[in-house]
Amino acid sequence: MNKKTSLVDLSRTSIRELNQALHRLPAGSGSTRWRIREPRGAHAIACGLNSPVRVEIEGHAGYYCAGMNQRATVVIHGNTGVGVAENMMSGLVHVKGNASQSAGATGHGGLLIIDGDASARCGISMKGIDILVQGSVGHASAFMAQAGNLVVGGDAGEALGDSIYEARIFVRGKVKDLGSDCVEKEMRPEHREFLAKLFARAKVRFRPGDFRRYGSARQLYNFHVDHAAKY
Amino acid sequence: MCGIVGLFLKKKSQAPRLGALFSDMLGCMASRGPDSAGFAIYGATVPAGSLKLTLQHPDLAFSWESITADLERHFRTTVTHAVNSTHAVFVLRAGEAAIRRRLREAFPGVKIMSLGRRIEIMKEVGSPASVLDRFQVRRMRGSHAIGHTRMATESAVTTAGSHPFSTGQDLCLVHNGSLSNHNRLREQLRREGIEFQTDNDSEVAAGYLSSRLRRGDTLAGALQHALQDLDGFYTFTIGTRDGFAVLRDPVACKPAVMAETPDYVAMASEYRSLTSLPGIEKAKLWEPEPATVYSWNAQTRE
Repeated sequence: MNKKTSLVDLSRTSIRELNQALHRLPAGSGSTRWRIREPRGAHAIACGLNSPVRVEIEGHAGYYCAGMNQRATVVIHGNTGVGVAENMMSGLVHVKGNASQSAGATGHGGLLIIDGDASARCGISMKGIDILVQGSVGHASAFMAQAGNLVVGGDAGEALGDSIYEARIFVRGKVKDLGSDCVEKEMRPEHREFLAKLFARAKVRFRPGDFRRYGSARQLYNFHVDHAAKY
Repeated sequence: MCGIVGLFLKKKSQAPRLGALFSDMLGCMASRGPDSAGFAIYGATVPAGSLKLTLQHPDLAFSWESITADLERHFRTTVTHAVNSTHAVFVLRAGEAAIRRRLREAFPGVKIMSLGRRIEIMKEVGSPASVLDRFQVRRMRGSHAIGHTRMATESAVTTAGSHPFSTGQDLCLVHNGSLSNHNRLREQLRREGIEFQTDNDSEVAAGYLSSRLRRGDTLAGALQHALQDLDGFYTFTIGTRDGFAVLRDPVACKPAVMAETPDYVAMASEYRSLTSLPGIEKAKLWEPEPATVYSWNAQTRE
């Protein structure tokens, strides 16, 4: 196993050079580690990764950090701008600070953990990603969310889950209001089990029993129960 | 897309650093607005009864002395001016309406950028770096400054269409976004006597705030009313004689990030613009909430 750590200082290396170096890693290249210094809010850091590399960003990142991620683990020791882990396919993105708008937007898979708060439109149009926000989320979160799980340890802003399809939302705190066609649903054993596993994986101390579940009332889109297995 | 920045220094001893700190912030936002740039800086206060006005003429060889001579004759008072590229800052003892009337009659090619006891607004087409160099912003002193880098989408790239906009004494506004009810609002405000120089939607927002402040609103109060009366997308940063405020619309599509330390409060469209500020590593950082007024004034200054 290659445990070598590559250090990249973004005050000396361009984002394009960094991302191209990360893209050139062979898809099965083992556990190479990268540490990124002086990110200074730059956009598109560690975008489009496609190997099981571990990237640690030591500071605040700008827009679209770790976008389109596949298989990589990207840890941000700071805040992130708009669209962190946008369209993630797989892997893990962990924001140690707060995230701006549209965190995890359109994500198909993988896990996004945000230790702080996420602002508006967290998980908008999510398509299978799991998002765990330990703090609160802003308005219009999980808007048109299609699949996956949005788990919020704090509160949720206005219009949570507006026009939601088959994604699941779990909130521990207060929900300001629910969007169109989003309703509270029963917490069944499989939901508590899912949360317990997620919390164990993320090493957080939430209790599944403290969460409430929200999802689609299925009045707004062309849902037919015979096709439920396809979602 | 546009970039906006604002910096409010809390300590008087920091005033000599304002221009340099602010220049780095505004220059960084060139990527969001490469067409033109402008800024308002709140510097030395002129005595009560006097007014400071910033005028603009596109001709670098324009004779500003002719304006000084004319205003001295017309108002029978001492007039001073300091030329800065295509702009010049005048100080004289006279009333706003009379000054506006005289300039309109005698110098129709000259535009009033700002008027008040502290504010100076300067703006030009060209890259933000060239605008900062042209006006030597790095050397300027003051308590607070707001600025704008423009990527024009709906109207021409002109000096007049650049931000900040000012429609009242010592008041200015920069805007990222677009307003949809500006035509009707402009007509209402014109009937109240607010003057507009352009068809720009952002100038209407500045005029609206001027109107509310004239009616006795505080800045924070005027911005609360703006949430009811302005329709559209906006992140505003507003400067007043001794204050600074930030407001985002309820949908909050347009970005903003803020930083506060014991020395300053700063806002920018993107965090990148804040990274050059001293002590930013330890600053309190946050994204302003939608439909929430954030304001600071002289009481918060040491």
